[in-house]
Amino acid sequence: MPFVPHTDEDVAAMLGAIGVATIDDLFDEIPRELRIGELAAIPAGMAEMDITRLMQARARADGQPLCFIGAGAYDHHIPAAVWQIASRGEFYSAYTPYQAEASQGTLQLLYEFQSMMTALTALDVSNASLYDGASALAEAVLMAVRANRKTKSNRVLVPRALHPAYRRVLRGIVESQGIEVIEAPFDRQGGQTPAAALDALVGDGGFAAIVINQPNFFGIIEEVDVLTDWAHAQGALAIAVVNPIAMALLKAPGEWGAVGPERGADIACGEAQPLGMPLSSGGPYAGFLCCKKDLVRQMPGRIVGRTLDLEGKPGFTLTLQAREQHIRRGKATSNICTNQGLLVTAATIHLALLGTAGLERVAAACHANTRRLAALLCEIPGVEPRFDRPMFHEQVLRLPAPTADLLRALAAHGVLGGFDLGPDYPDLDPALLVCATELRTEEEMQRYVTTLARVIAARTQAKCPVEPKI
Amino acid sequence: MLIQEQSRPGRRAVAQAPLYSAEVSDIPAGARRLVPLVLPEVSELQAVRHYTRLSQKNFSIDTHFYPLGSCTMKYNPRACNTLAMLPGLLARHPAAPDSHGQGLLACLFELQEMLKEVTGMHAVSLAPSAGAQGEFAGVAMIRAYHRARNDSARTEILVPDAAHGTNPASAVMCGFVAREIPTGPNGDVDIAALREAVGPQTAGIMLTNPSTVGVFDRSIQEIAGIVHAAGGLLYYDGANLNAILGKVRPGDMGFDVIHMNLHKTFSTPHGGGGPGAGPVGVSKRLEPFLPVPLVVQSGDDYRWVSERERPQSIGRLTAFGGNMGILLRAYVYARMLGREGMKRVSEFSTLNANYLMTRLKAAGFDAAYPQRRASHEFIITMKREARDLGVNAMDFAKRLLDYGFHAPTTYFPLLVPECLLIEPTETETKEELDDFVAALVAIREEARTNPDLVKGAPHTMPVRRLDDVRAARQLDLAWRPSANCT
Ligand SMILES: Cc1ncc(COP(=O)(O)O)c(C=O)c1O
Repeated sequence: MPFVPHTDEDVAAMLGAIGVATIDDLFDEIPRELRIGELAAIPAGMAEMDITRLMQARARADGQPLCFIGAGAYDHHIPAAVWQIASRGEFYSAYTPYQAEASQGTLQLLYEFQSMMTALTALDVSNASLYDGASALAEAVLMAVRANRKTKSNRVLVPRALHPAYRRVLRGIVESQGIEVIEAPFDRQGGQTPAAALDALVGDGGFAAIVINQPNFFGIIEEVDVLTDWAHAQGALAIAVVNPIAMALLKAPGEWGAVGPERGADIACGEAQPLGMPLSSGGPYAGFLCCKKDLVRQMPGRIVGRTLDLEGKPGFTLTLQAREQHIRRGKATSNICTNQGLLVTAATIHLALLGTAGLERVAAACHANTRRLAALLCEIPGVEPRFDRPMFHEQVLRLPAPTADLLRALAAHGVLGGFDLGPDYPDLDPALLVCATELRTEEEMQRYVTTLARVIAARTQAKCPVEPKI
Repeated sequence: MLIQEQSRPGRRAVAQAPLYSAEVSDIPAGARRLVPLVLPEVSELQAVRHYTRLSQKNFSIDTHFYPLGSCTMKYNPRACNTLAMLPGLLARHPAAPDSHGQGLLACLFELQEMLKEVTGMHAVSLAPSAGAQGEFAGVAMIRAYHRARNDSARTEILVPDAAHGTNPASAVMCGFVAREIPTGPNGDVDIAALREAVGPQTAGIMLTNPSTVGVFDRSIQEIAGIVHAAGGLLYYDGANLNAILGKVRPGDMGFDVIHMNLHKTFSTPHGGGGPGAGPVGVSKRLEPFLPVPLVVQSGDDYRWVSERERPQSIGRLTAFGGNMGILLRAYVYARMLGREGMKRVSEFSTLNANYLMTRLKAAGFDAAYPQRRASHEFIITMKREARDLGVNAMDFAKRLLDYGFHAPTTYFPLLVPECLLIEPTETETKEELDDFVAALVAIREEARTNPDLVKGAPHTMPVRRLDDVRAARQLDLAWRPSANCT
């Protein structure tokens, strides 16, 4: 019994105190016929050294291919200190900070996180995390529809150039509350979402909210000012979905649109994974959500506030809890309870270590590397940029052969060449979304380019889709 | 001091960013950030020292007994963390092909199989990120099931008054009305009230068993009969699975859909609020609706199955399909326990809870359900102490911090006045439990002789009791370089 400390004497003394003969007697209120025997399909237990051997073999099996995929999850440098500190037992094995006086470490850190996120987005308030970027968007939409009842609209406008998985998650979560999701087209030439195309979608229903993605799923920099103003002109709230790293270079949601009382996106959300979270096959990551201060009472999730203790000393505590399920139950702003606290711990330490200048350098390096990679790849005959607008750190390329075949051949040589857009955007097929973060070196990019060139050449020669010999 | 207040212009952790600034002049000026970005500018040592010191202001399982009811604060084995963070697993991109994820997929597939066996469910999806998201997925499946049968009249989900707040919140989030069912005087669901509440409008009921009052509902089969006869489905909130692991299975009790909190029963860390993992299990008739992705085995290989192959699925809950790193930790834990270890989890958590309840009763405290066996947790009510000594459950909770114990859950469930919900878990020693009893006895003595000492607690924490009213009225939610409040 790996983690149970009881000695035989302990058990005897404890049963004696309770006044029963066996541990099994403690289950005597459970109807007999429900009790089970062996858990036949569960293997016998393992010692740490044995499970270590097994897991090491499995981790080896997954290899460490060279990664040029972005598409919502990015391979960035994570300072060694980030997870060494986040894995300290005091952070790792603490619960939600309900007992504020015994949780000041976590609470202060969350307050610092909220401060960093409001700085990045140039908005007033931030919550303490949601599950991930996509579910954060769904919560942002629910929040916007609640906050914007005056439009009497249950429709939200979402760009087709938003991550396909985000659109799926959004529909799955909000449609059960009768919210209708309408998709706005992207420009075939530039890849951006043109505001001019939106008027046609307004119809009689209007919109409660409009989602604006910066950069969009194709890596393209959207015309956020025009889109934000268009949203506000409709009486809709503007919801920004942003990459936090991009915020070091690009306009922050709080400064989108024309100067005036309505200036800025009303809500900003997104995926915090680029801030110190390992790729880890998709999670755990963390969703963030920020908003203007008028909307704070509609926010989902935990929020930390600074207050005073009874001696007048500053301290931190969970606040505005009347929004939350443990107080408001069915009337809460969301059902979320457990969030992504430890990931926020990592993000906070990460941002403290990078600082303003560090984050700017990372953003710039990602931008420059992707530009360099795309230029190199486009020297291969048949490979060309799909869109002509400026990008942040991802680029869509048109390919001379079916994307899936090329990716499979590349993977066989240890290169993950990018994200195949075909299944989600058949109208763009064959198209590949590539990304080179600050971690990708010139040598690695060259390796990708030569491998792809050979894969394409071998295909053309053999005129067959099977994997070429290189 | 905040990290932001330690900032000095021009200072930074130089080693952590690229050594040179790259060219970005091709980004149009109109798209560029205008307001300066103000993040902390500190050295690497400053950051490391600051966050290490902050960590020391926390109670945690690794440092303190943490008997937080309904939360299962047991030891989080360190191996789970180390092995989930092996390079091949940690660096894998979510869109990497299945061919480069066979190690991960093998672990997840086996975890699905083990969870099926231990819960008695027909199929499992690992997609939900936490218990509440599992509840959302489960209720969404109930909705999808009724819809698929063209039964659109079922608009209500029944929820006992003892239920966790996430239950009614999840039902409402799925578009249902949550209707409350009272708890009877012995802690079981009030059967007469249940009979009255069910009907053609009943989509289902959400139950926790053992419930959050710390007892096993003995009429579970009758409840299942009543709800099923009315055409509703049974949802199992698995937050208390620790109490019955390897003893009874929700599938055998008659539940159609369940979630498990792997961050409770399967000992993945709570991380100061998360992350968790809330896999859902279903009976055969709900299988087509499971959230994606799912792992399947084909031949010697494993692969992901997504919405394209599962047209009736309720869909995707997060962009990339779940908290993989947490699922891996749970997998390692489950393999270390094995079938025998799983049984011992419920046996020793129940032994610890009943021992602690017995000792506290003997010491003169009032159990909320003294005639019942405790499950893995139980409730002490401080109603008498509050009336006679003017010292309430919150005061006891805060004073416990001074004695080096994290407080139990306070004021939940709402139906028991002045309650402390106490869950010791199986990983605590008898000595620790005895010390905890001694602390509560000592605090009661203090309450008699020096009540202000208890009412003013805690005294030894980094801060004294905090002004929550001020926190909510004078909102200060973020540090600002200039104004320094919102
Ligand atoms: C009984 C019960 N149900 C549901 C939940 C919600 O689970 P989670 O916090 O993982 O979302 C909890 C968590 O505290 C709980 O105790």
